[in-house]
Amino acid sequence: MVTAPIHNDSRDGSSSASGAAGSAVLVPGSSTGSPLGSKPGVSAGTGRPDSRPRLVRSRDPEAHPVPTGREEEWRFTPLRRLRGLLTGPAADATVEVSVDAPAPVTVEHVGSGDKRVGRVLTPADRVAAFAMTRAEDVVVVTVPAEAMPDEPVVVRVHGTGGTVYGHLVVEVGAFASATVVLDHTGTATFAGNVELSVGDSASLTLVSLQDWDAGAVHVGAHAARVGRDARFRSFTVTLGGDLVRLSPTVTYAGPGGDAELYGLFFTDAGQHQEHRLLVDHGPRSCRSRVAYKGALRGEGAHAVWIGDVVIGADAVGTDTYELNRNLVLTDGARADSVPNLEISTGEVVGAGHASATGRFDDEALFYLMARGIPADEARRLVVRGFFAEIVDRIEIDSLRERITAAVEAELGGAG
Amino acid sequence: MSTLEIRNLHVSVETDSAEGREILRGVDLTIRRGETHAIMGPNGSGKSTLAYSIAGHPKYTITSGTVTLDGVDVLAMSVDERARAGVFLAMQYPVEVPGVSVSNFLRSSVTAVRGEAPKLRTWVKEVRDSMAALEMDPVFAERSVNEGFSGGEKKRHEILQMALLKPKIAILDETDSGLDVDALRIVSGGIESVRAAGQTGILLITHYTRILRYVKPEFVHVMAGGRIVDSGGPELAAVLEDSGYDRYVKTTEPAGTAA
Ligand SMILES: Nc1ncnc2c1ncn2[C@@H]1O[C@H](COP(=O)(O)OP(=O)(O)OP(=O)(O)O)[C@@H](O)[C@H]1O
Ligand SMILES: [Mg+2]
Repeated sequence: MVTAPIHNDSRDGSSSASGAAGSAVLVPGSSTGSPLGSKPGVSAGTGRPDSRPRLVRSRDPEAHPVPTGREEEWRFTPLRRLRGLLTGPAADATVEVSVDAPAPVTVEHVGSGDKRVGRVLTPADRVAAFAMTRAEDVVVVTVPAEAMPDEPVVVRVHGTGGTVYGHLVVEVGAFASATVVLDHTGTATFAGNVELSVGDSASLTLVSLQDWDAGAVHVGAHAARVGRDARFRSFTVTLGGDLVRLSPTVTYAGPGGDAELYGLFFTDAGQHQEHRLLVDHGPRSCRSRVAYKGALRGEGAHAVWIGDVVIGADAVGTDTYELNRNLVLTDGARADSVPNLEISTGEVVGAGHASATGRFDDEALFYLMARGIPADEARRLVVRGFFAEIVDRIEIDSLRERITAAVEAELGGAG
Repeated sequence: MSTLEIRNLHVSVETDSAEGREILRGVDLTIRRGETHAIMGPNGSGKSTLAYSIAGHPKYTITSGTVTLDGVDVLAMSVDERARAGVFLAMQYPVEVPGVSVSNFLRSSVTAVRGEAPKLRTWVKEVRDSMAALEMDPVFAERSVNEGFSGGEKKRHEILQMALLKPKIAILDETDSGLDVDALRIVSGGIESVRAAGQTGILLITHYTRILRYVKPEFVHVMAGGRIVDSGGPELAAVLEDSGYDRYVKTTEPAGTAA
């Protein structure tokens, strides 16, 4: 594992299947007018100098250029497999959406013109903009201030084929505490956004499960705004689909916010799974932790992890650490891992990251087998151990079991 | 009576060249349950190669010869089948397995080798007692297998596994190396108690005679250049202690780059 504290070099920031690398970019005194998007100083890893065009942020799809695939934001994504989502084809299907919400949580179905749409998320790409403007059934989940429902809110999204736009808004009032499970199953070509507003001193846990059938395409922007002294935890678990590209972002509305972003993905033969994170430390004294772990198996399995952390000039007292580890189980699989840290203040509590991609260790396999453990069980032990750090944090027993079982099912045919 | 028979074993190691490099050049050895054999030899003589070949490490190719356990072909078995058949290898350099706890590992291993999961209550006590005998802190049970263990802790962990698995044949590859005097005494004690039970044939691979003061073999073999070049009783160890391996190394062709 390569760990890079802030006072580190800025060598190659990307790592792929065979190697491991981390990079830290220290930009003392650089002022970023709009920290979202522009990345002065991130040059070593990406080959992009300061002159990179600023990211457009708009809910108007046509304000966003159609990507060619050469853009930093799109260079890893196989555009042809997006099934036209970049051009905004008309929806020709619906997903089955069902919501279990314990009292006093309320659920509304509104149009995309509702004032709560776009409060947290301003789309940074065409797909997110299409999803925001074309979603016909926007689901708004409201957890009233001070409410503490015992049971999680469960939002099930089940695709039955076709192109669908979706948008979910979750608003958690001040001092409230809730867990939301977003469970994607079935198949669809799905552009789906999630906006999460965590009120001051509130606490929200989001579990977003991408448990799609083999053919699904899912592109989504998951934007969270963390209030003053609020706490946000998310678990992004991506298991299925042909192509999944999620962009979780966190911004802070005031000091004292705490965000923990955990992720687990199992990328199988032919699958493209991409997670592009951005944590934007604007106010002072906020904390963020990112830990994503992925296992890859089979020909053409491709996982991409981008971890951008931006620490603005006013964000003194920031404490951030991000980590991505990938376990490559077979030949033919590829993991790209690109951490970026952009710092505009020297007065941080901590800022670091680690990124490592390693092969499944054949010597470890031999060792376990030399103790009588059959090969497939040995692999399960190692992969379960690898993911335990993420899975064990999920507090819902049934989800933990489901994820463990799904990972083991993925391993079932490992050869 | 369990017997491991090694006959005319030739082993090559995979190298960049197509044919590989021959390391073992015809090894013959018979180990019976209850017996203790020591194999001594200079660095690079092929001791670990013999151990790994018996355990089935994929890096080593058997080019001719046989290994049987009670007449059954060991070489036809997969690595895990060999372990379940009763062959145990304590490795010279035990491997780290991040994320897998010692307790989980031991239970999986014992379940596989015994063919059924041990009863929880007796199992907890069994592990605790075995660890105590090796003066291992119980916190090791919750640590990842060999991860961050010192050299001596890894060796104790190997002997712990042998004590729990009660193999028919145990090959201990330089279990004594890297141990200070206290650790050597503790580890030797662990080996002695397995030996005293009389159910295991032990093949002790070592470079030095030091451990033989604690674990007394009935048979001592000298390996050089990929062959057993001399065999005798405990007195042979005393001779080696005094005169070293020089005369064996000079009279045999070295296996490649043997030092
Ligand atoms: N993977 C390998 N590739 C190339 N050569 C190898 C490989 N493994 C072993 N060898 C060579 O085979 C010979 C025997 O090695 P082996 O490890 O069996 O010796 P050893 O007797 O156990 O030595 P030591 O006392 O140092 O442990 C050495 O010359 C070694 O360099
Ligand atoms: Mg050796």
